Amino acid sequence: MGTTQTRSENKYDDLVTKTGFSPEQIKNLHKRFQQLSENEETISKEHLHSIPALANNPIKKQIIDAFFDKRNQHQDEVGSFQEIGFEQFLMVLSHFRPPTLKMSEEDKARIRKEKLRFLFNMHDTDNDGTITLAEYRKVVEELLSKSGTMGIEAAKAIADAAMLGVASTNVPHMKPDEFYEGITFEHFEQILKGLEMETRMHIRFMDVNTTTMRCGKSTS
Amino acid sequence: MASPGVRVLLLLVLVSSAHGDASGINRTRGNRTLTPEEEEDSQQHHNNTKAFPVLSFNFEHVRKPFEISLWILLALLMKLGFHLIPRVSHIVPESCLLIVVGLLVGGVIKALDSDASDTNSSVPVLNTKLFFLYLLPPIILDAGYFLPIRHFTENLGTILMFAVVGTLWNAFFIGGMMYGVCQIEAAQLGDVDLLSCLLFGSIISAVDPVAVLAVFEEIHINELLYILVFGESLLNDAVTVVLYHLFEEFSHAGTVTITDAFLGVICFFVVSLGGVMIGLIYGIVGAFTSRFTLHSRVIEPLFVFLYSYMAYLSAEVFHLSGIMSLIACGVAMRPYVEANISHKSYTTIKYFMKMWSSVSETLIFIFLGVSTVAGPHVWNWTFVIFTVILCLVSRVLGVVGLTFIINKFRIVKLTKKDQFIVAYGGLRGAIAFSLGFLLTDTHMKTMFLTAIITVIFFTVFVQGMTIRPLVELLAVKKKKETKRSINEEIHTQFLDHLLTGIEDVCGHYGHHHWKDKLNRFNKTYVKKCLISGERSTEPQLISFYNKMELRQAMMLVESGSLAVLPSLTSMQNIQPRDTVKQRVIPSISKRREEEIRKMLRSNLQKTRQRLRSYSRHDLMMDPFEEDLSEVKFRKQRVEMGRRVRLTETHLNVHNSLSFKGMVSQMGYSMPLQGGERKENKQMKALKMWGFIMFIFS
Repeated sequence: MGTTQTRSENKYDDLVTKTGFSPEQIKNLHKRFQQLSENEETISKEHLHSIPALANNPIKKQIIDAFFDKRNQHQDEVGSFQEIGFEQFLMVLSHFRPPTLKMSEEDKARIRKEKLRFLFNMHDTDNDGTITLAEYRKVVEELLSKSGTMGIEAAKAIADAAMLGVASTNVPHMKPDEFYEGITFEHFEQILKGLEMETRMHIRFMDVNTTTMRCGKSTS
Repeated sequence: MASPGVRVLLLLVLVSSAHGDASGINRTRGNRTLTPEEEEDSQQHHNNTKAFPVLSFNFEHVRKPFEISLWILLALLMKLGFHLIPRVSHIVPESCLLIVVGLLVGGVIKALDSDASDTNSSVPVLNTKLFFLYLLPPIILDAGYFLPIRHFTENLGTILMFAVVGTLWNAFFIGGMMYGVCQIEAAQLGDVDLLSCLLFGSIISAVDPVAVLAVFEEIHINELLYILVFGESLLNDAVTVVLYHLFEEFSHAGTVTITDAFLGVICFFVVSLGGVMIGLIYGIVGAFTSRFTLHSRVIEPLFVFLYSYMAYLSAEVFHLSGIMSLIACGVAMRPYVEANISHKSYTTIKYFMKMWSSVSETLIFIFLGVSTVAGPHVWNWTFVIFTVILCLVSRVLGVVGLTFIINKFRIVKLTKKDQFIVAYGGLRGAIAFSLGFLLTDTHMKTMFLTAIITVIFFTVFVQGMTIRPLVELLAVKKKKETKRSINEEIHTQFLDHLLTGIEDVCGHYGHHHWKDKLNRFNKTYVKKCLISGERSTEPQLISFYNKMELRQAMMLVESGSLAVLPSLTSMQNIQPRDTVKQRVIPSISKRREEEIRKMLRSNLQKTRQRLRSYSRHDLMMDPFEEDLSEVKFRKQRVEMGRRVRLTETHLNVHNSLSFKGMVSQMGYSMPLQGGERKENKQMKALKMWGFIMFIFS
């Protein structure tokens, strides 16, 4: 018993340094992982699709894809997994950690870049480094997908206006025959400068052991 | 620039005419019946010899409205006057200047009245009824209606902590310490008992929304700090009301029991929640009413104002918190009313609210100054000095202590700079004064009033004047000035959904989950009830986009020129070259179309004229060349028309929902046709002129 405990503690230590979560948070998330995966080692897309609360989310597919996207693992690989283990699960969730009080400006900038990179990867589905007009249109369409037919027609107009806005801010003097390829990561950072991602894009991870939320499936 | 001398003269004239009839706004109109009788007498006396009076003087008839108008006019002229001296208005906040003006006016009135022997001073004082029923509601309504909801709800926990716990701490600390001070033999304050001290503490402890607004509006501080201090000043009204009534009852009864204290706590919950409930009810009813105003657009703004005012008065009837009721009404009503009313009504509401709140604020500060001069004062050095010091100390301690606790629960912690601004921004104002005025008449009352006025002056003058340089010195973050762009809006919504999704994956029901649930409830049930037409199903992103397009179209039309381009990037740069632009024109609501059409048509006159002048200018250059053929002119006109249409497409994002598309369809083709006949005449004249020149050369 002693050895297994120290082994799991060591495993958690490793994760603590990699992801920045505290051991209690990792323990809680592990419980949730086991709930989702029905006590197996890995989870697949179907496991996440079956979470009932996600059913109403208009960007459900993008969120689930983000978990299986190799680019979010900080390891310079591309493509997507079929199944992910607990470590990959944690790595994705580490993007949503809240900022701490004692952060220097460089730390804040680094974290903002990381979070923006995560968002960028969600939009840039073909991984060519830019968000093209078609991809951006898809994003807006998905956002308005729960709003009926009015949404689909308006999505095009809104995406076009938004793209024009990005192009105007970043490349103000384009000649009529130049073509704006797509939103690069720098342009993306530029247009979302005002939103202060490092303080907005986070969720509260539980430190204390909360009673497990039933995710709608019966655990045997 | 009006010299100070002229302005003082103007001031004196206004004041003496206001005073000329021995006025006092809270004077009873008892002697009104005398004058007509006197007139009758004199008329009967001269019945046979007097001719028909062509001109007669009857001032009593209009005295009250005349006085009120004169006071308001005076206040507004003062406000105008300050901005003629830019250096002063830069350093000194407007509230200070207004109080000084009030002091001057009060002094003048008192000096003019110094020969009157009666003790009842004729200087008008800030009447409590006037203040609470007429002067305060417009300011609170303006603040509540335009409250930034997102920031408010994100920081609600912090705001409530500061408002409730902070105010309680202030009240008890000040009250307790003042009692200790009063026990000192040298101060001669032995007759002030504990309950009176606590009552005094509860009056002086509350941060005042009017003063905070007046000072913070000018320093443009970032939204977080603004909403913390301002939210606290609004929500502490419930605490103040309860404490005030509690201690007043107790000081009459003399003793306090445990049940009384317990009832006090219950009273607090009843007062605050009851106030909010009344506000919500009126807000929902108001939103529902606005659903049916399609055919009577002109009275739409009145509904907003009247429902809110009724909410305030209804809450005051039951001694509940009127301020919280007013805020709740404004917040509840706003999203639905704005979806229902016309654009003009929206503008009307905005400007009327700003106007009323501005007038109220000005009047309040002037009256504060006047009342200072008027009221009987009992100056007790120890009491006053200790009050001021204790107010500052308790505020600092309270903020620091509470932040320490709050930061354990906040994600975005409050830094030392933030804490300093929150502590320093705790200004006291007219509410404290009015509450003090309501006290029963005792010797202590005048002493309390003097102390309250001193604290108000200290906070408004010293803290109000120094907060701006301190904000600059500490490099506190300022307000973001630009409006949200469409990209930011898209990503804000995206982020909301993303965070809700991640929370669901992690399995805990946090902040985002409940917000999402509330939004969905709102969309499926409430919006259908309260919003008319098909706007009830319009998603937020689309309404944001429509508003943005409307704003841009109006800017375009108002500037009158088509060539107002911030950048030369156009749709051609974005569309891939092989795709053909689809020109699909979906249906937008007829009502919307009509509105847009009317607005654009009413503004097109300007553009039409400018286009004609542009074309005339272009044509003028050519007559002195050899070839005066009509064909060349026509070619140039076509060229110009093409250029116009090309620059127009730079802004035409997509023909479907773009209002600029409608502009191009409707308006800009018209001037080119309408001006043709006139230009033919011009061209003929130019040809003649060229021909003549040719002959004589």
